[in-house]
Amino acid sequence: MSHLTDLPLWAAIPVCILLLVGSIITLIGSIGLLRLNNFYSRLHAPTLGASAGVVLISLASMLCFAVLQNRWIFHEVLIVVFIILTTPVTLMLLGQSALYRDRIEGTHDVPLKEKPVPTPTGTDPD
Amino acid sequence: MRYWFPYPLLSFALMLFWLLINQSLSPAQILLGAALGISHAWLMVNLRPTKTHMKKAWLVGRLMATVVIDVAKSNIMVMGVILRRRNRPVNSGFVPIHLTLRDENALAILACILTATPGSAWLEFDSQTQVLLLHVLDIENGTAWAELIRTRYEAPLKELFE
Amino acid sequence: MTELFIIWSILLSQVILGLAMACALFRMVRGPRAQDRILGLDALYINAMLLLLTFGMRTANTIYFEAALIIALLGFVSSIAFAKFLMRGEVIE
Repeated sequence: MSHLTDLPLWAAIPVCILLLVGSIITLIGSIGLLRLNNFYSRLHAPTLGASAGVVLISLASMLCFAVLQNRWIFHEVLIVVFIILTTPVTLMLLGQSALYRDRIEGTHDVPLKEKPVPTPTGTDPD
Repeated sequence: MRYWFPYPLLSFALMLFWLLINQSLSPAQILLGAALGISHAWLMVNLRPTKTHMKKAWLVGRLMATVVIDVAKSNIMVMGVILRRRNRPVNSGFVPIHLTLRDENALAILACILTATPGSAWLEFDSQTQVLLLHVLDIENGTAWAELIRTRYEAPLKELFE
Repeated sequence: MTELFIIWSILLSQVILGLAMACALFRMVRGPRAQDRILGLDALYINAMLLLLTFGMRTANTIYFEAALIIALLGFVSSIAFAKFLMRGEVIE
């Protein structure tokens, strides 16, 4: 790890903070995957890692390499853009297929296709 | 001109991605990237995407700022829900919302925004009845979800595209 | 002093990401239904990609970045394929 010794203190502190906060948020998202008790709630958990986690850790990596190697072409931007564009698509398709399966089995209380059942608290005037 | 360069923005974005992957700004790479971008735009013609024109392009910045702030807030809220004690169960539920947005690309953007926000997930949209089925993680402080989505996202998108 | 600080924090964040991967793996193995397993797999590959980014910072090697990009690409495609399969598979049933 010889190259990391060249990192000055003013850059090392934000890099460490970004890394630790990003990884802790990702861990909380994965814990949510374990703790939440039904599939539709669990659908929200990985978004934590995919939004905040990816952005913070990529920022840390960009800052580290920009200071160390004086390289101002940020290819981590590619990962951020790609993950932010694709994760919603995956989750939307997964939610749709889960809804479809639950409707066919009819065991879970999911809203029906023809007439969406209004939930007790969140109602809509239409 | 339109025939040779069907999607100039797409070609430019592809060239930018090529340069980022190769990490160089040499003329050879720029030329190769431009050739790739233009030739892949021709492939896009066969897919026939529906064309939309942004009326007020300067509103994009404001919408993006709103989305970034909301994603950050909702991250903190979802972390609170996950780390809550077990004796207070999570109160999640489905919310049907009636939308008036018609444009397909605007609907796609709305879907991506809502799913990228950790507290809400887009499940299904019926294009005949214009009803969107949304799943919300914390429905207690979300009684006004439908109103919030209409004023915060749908109105700016409508202004932008229609 | 600075080097010790940054090396330990990179190591700590790698351990945390490893724990996150273990959580996602547990959900994938145990998940009561097929959609839970796919969700676990999706979370697992995002966490693995982040872990590769931290390895890249530690060794200053761009090959880790390429690997992370490929994991992101292929993971997305595989999740989409699984989700599509769930919808089509039930139709035949």
